[in-house]
Amino acid sequence: MDLALAPETLARWQFGITTVYHFLFVPLTISLAALTAGLQTAWVRTEKEKYLRATKFWGKLFLINIAMGVVTGIVQEFQFGMNWSDYSRFVGDIFGAPLAFEALIAFFFESTFIGLWIFGWDKLPKKIHLACIWMVSIGTILSAYFILAANSWMQHPVGYRINKERGRAELTDFWHVLTQNTALTQFFHTITAAFLVGGAFMVGISAFHLARKKHIPIMRTSLRLGLVTLIIAGLGTAISGDLLGKVMFKQQPMKMAAAEALWDGEAPAPFSVFAYGDVEKGHNTVAIEIPGLLSFLANDDFSSYVPGINDVNKAEQEKFGPGDYRPNIPVAYWGFRWMIGFGMASLGIGMLGLWLTRKKLMLAPGLRTGEDEVPNLVLFKSKALSPRWGRWYWIVALWTMGFPLIANSWGWIFTEMGRQPWVVYGVLRTRDAVSPGVSQGEVLTSMIVFTTLYAILAVIEVKLLVKYVKAGPPELTEDDLNPPTKIGGDSRDPDRPMAFSY
Amino acid sequence: MELHDVWFVLIAVLWIGYFFLEGFDFGVGVLTKLLARDRAEKRVLINTIGPVWDGNEVWLLTAGGATFAAFPEWYATLFSGFYLPLLIILVCLIVRGVAFEYRAKRPEENWQRNWEQAIFWTSLIPAFLWGVAFGNIVRGVKIDGDMEYVGTFWDLLNPYALLGGLVTLTLFTFHGAVFASLKTVGDIRTRARGLALKLGLVTAVLALAFLIWTQVHTGDGWSLAAMLVAVVALVGAIVAIRVGREGWSFALSGVTIAAAVAMLFLALFPDVMPSSLDPAWSLTVTNASSSPYTLKIMTWCAAIATPLVLLYQSWTYWVFRKRIGTQHIAEAH
Repeated sequence: MDLALAPETLARWQFGITTVYHFLFVPLTISLAALTAGLQTAWVRTEKEKYLRATKFWGKLFLINIAMGVVTGIVQEFQFGMNWSDYSRFVGDIFGAPLAFEALIAFFFESTFIGLWIFGWDKLPKKIHLACIWMVSIGTILSAYFILAANSWMQHPVGYRINKERGRAELTDFWHVLTQNTALTQFFHTITAAFLVGGAFMVGISAFHLARKKHIPIMRTSLRLGLVTLIIAGLGTAISGDLLGKVMFKQQPMKMAAAEALWDGEAPAPFSVFAYGDVEKGHNTVAIEIPGLLSFLANDDFSSYVPGINDVNKAEQEKFGPGDYRPNIPVAYWGFRWMIGFGMASLGIGMLGLWLTRKKLMLAPGLRTGEDEVPNLVLFKSKALSPRWGRWYWIVALWTMGFPLIANSWGWIFTEMGRQPWVVYGVLRTRDAVSPGVSQGEVLTSMIVFTTLYAILAVIEVKLLVKYVKAGPPELTEDDLNPPTKIGGDSRDPDRPMAFSY
Repeated sequence: MELHDVWFVLIAVLWIGYFFLEGFDFGVGVLTKLLARDRAEKRVLINTIGPVWDGNEVWLLTAGGATFAAFPEWYATLFSGFYLPLLIILVCLIVRGVAFEYRAKRPEENWQRNWEQAIFWTSLIPAFLWGVAFGNIVRGVKIDGDMEYVGTFWDLLNPYALLGGLVTLTLFTFHGAVFASLKTVGDIRTRARGLALKLGLVTAVLALAFLIWTQVHTGDGWSLAAMLVAVVALVGAIVAIRVGREGWSFALSGVTIAAAVAMLFLALFPDVMPSSLDPAWSLTVTNASSSPYTLKIMTWCAAIATPLVLLYQSWTYWVFRKRIGTQHIAEAH
């Protein structure tokens, strides 16, 4: 059979397409849930209307986004059974448990309280309504934790034994699966990366409005919240990325060697800035390197030995038998760079933004602005950027919205493709994981159906987001400012329209 | 009773929860065409399930996840075997979720009408297909010695399973109509009752045929008892809606669903997916289940989480207990 259309290849493409697509919505959902909850908390505590309007504005964008996150997540729950039945049979005893935990604990939480939040504005007292969005936020984070624990087990299987008689892996220590350092660092990294997405989203949209001098007080607040989120998340992503990298150098040396296109082990090992090479022959023809830096990333010193692709390949051949244990090197190498590059670029743009729009620090009094003014963009103490340069910052800030999404996607592509040819590292090969009973036609059908459907939904979703972004924060009504005092709503007027209806 | 038996029961409970809850919201989706006279009424119907449909759907995800964890072989055989029907269901659930959230987000006539069409079809198709799927599970399908499904898509469309599909479709629509009568006010409530009565009678005929067929095919004493409960509850639900006791009728249509699903699981036990090729190749609670250790952990999780879920989901229904009518639907937002 033509390899390009082999069920394994198709199933992998389908998993890649549906998962990367799903993960465009996930990080924004995780971060916007918490940021919206934060804004609503500010409203409940200060009763300043701008916070309520901000809550409604970002809340609406959050809902448009989470709808897509939820529905594309359904596919994930069943895809293992559909396309990867041998995987499911082999690891279900271990892998199924965190998935079931995720559904029982996190999904129920998230989905039930999101309904209460959406429809609850005129049904729940202020504080209970606020609690609902926090519940949603907790649900999204718990959900991330369980699924990352499951994924971490694929990266670094622990707490299991092989049952030869049943021909499968069996769980022996669930606690270990949930708390191994792969799971914890991966969780730390993924959550901070999620907030990078949300922070950039807020910065970009606030910049869009501020550049047009619209909705200034709300967008000013949102810009600041977005920038601070972006910077904290950016630093967190860098720190957690370094930790995760060190874990990976130990647990999956092949992945990290591939990420650096380091063909042969070196001491000290250099960090590659640019490389172009010959995969077949196993060497680089062009390489620009920073000496010693890779040793530092792997082992915290500038001199230690880091094994290369050829070394690890040989070691794995000795351990697992003949074969090619190298992942797709260019994808791993460039995926790693796009991930870091786009992630850190958004951090840099955030830092620049926070400096440019600072309130007082090293800022001439004449350039300070009030709550209802667009902040001046000031690079040095007493000179604002020229309008032309200022406009450029707003434009760059708007484009930054996409950067963390690109970084997140490449991060996942890198970590999943970098583990190949294994689906569970060192235990189960990807080619042994597909459904033997599912035909090429079936996989092809589902791949075409999902891809087409997702493409159509992407257009619809983006258009809707743009519409609501442009519309800006809604005006508040009397009902908004007078939330009910009783659960189920006050019975002032039995025919009063619902605060929100589909 | 061993742990894998407990989990067989728990999986049944999850499916009962799913069909009880999403059953009426599928039904309400179907009624947007059968019952609503205009857009305002459509919106009333959609909003009766607005705050809850998402939470209802999680019962399915949990059933899926729990099957994966407790019976990996069942999960693998079922979803790789029933590939295309499951694909259709997934597509429907994706479009349906988006349709609810996005329908009112633009004022254009075309936009709203398309999403309304989507809500109808994506409620109707899964309501039918779940019955087909369960019909096939109970009847037994072509499973070989490696636990692989070796039949085709067309094998799944046999008379017994198709009848099963009609039963779930009509039963869910009936359940939805009763729910609508319980949650609405005004003219639509009266018509919901009238339609529920008619739907109830159609359901009764189809359900009776299907349940008897099941009983004759694979039943035992226990499944017969469950069947009798289902039949009595269904008759009770019809009588209750006839005399205008909407709450009772809804409770009883819920019991009907629960008892009917229980009957199917009782008819299955101890198999989880019988093979029609050779009984020795059937998937059973023993050969399809996870290790005792995994089942033990899962049991703890379920024992703690499930009551909590029931508690806060019930609370949601209490928060949104007020009936709604066309006057409660805001113009635009």
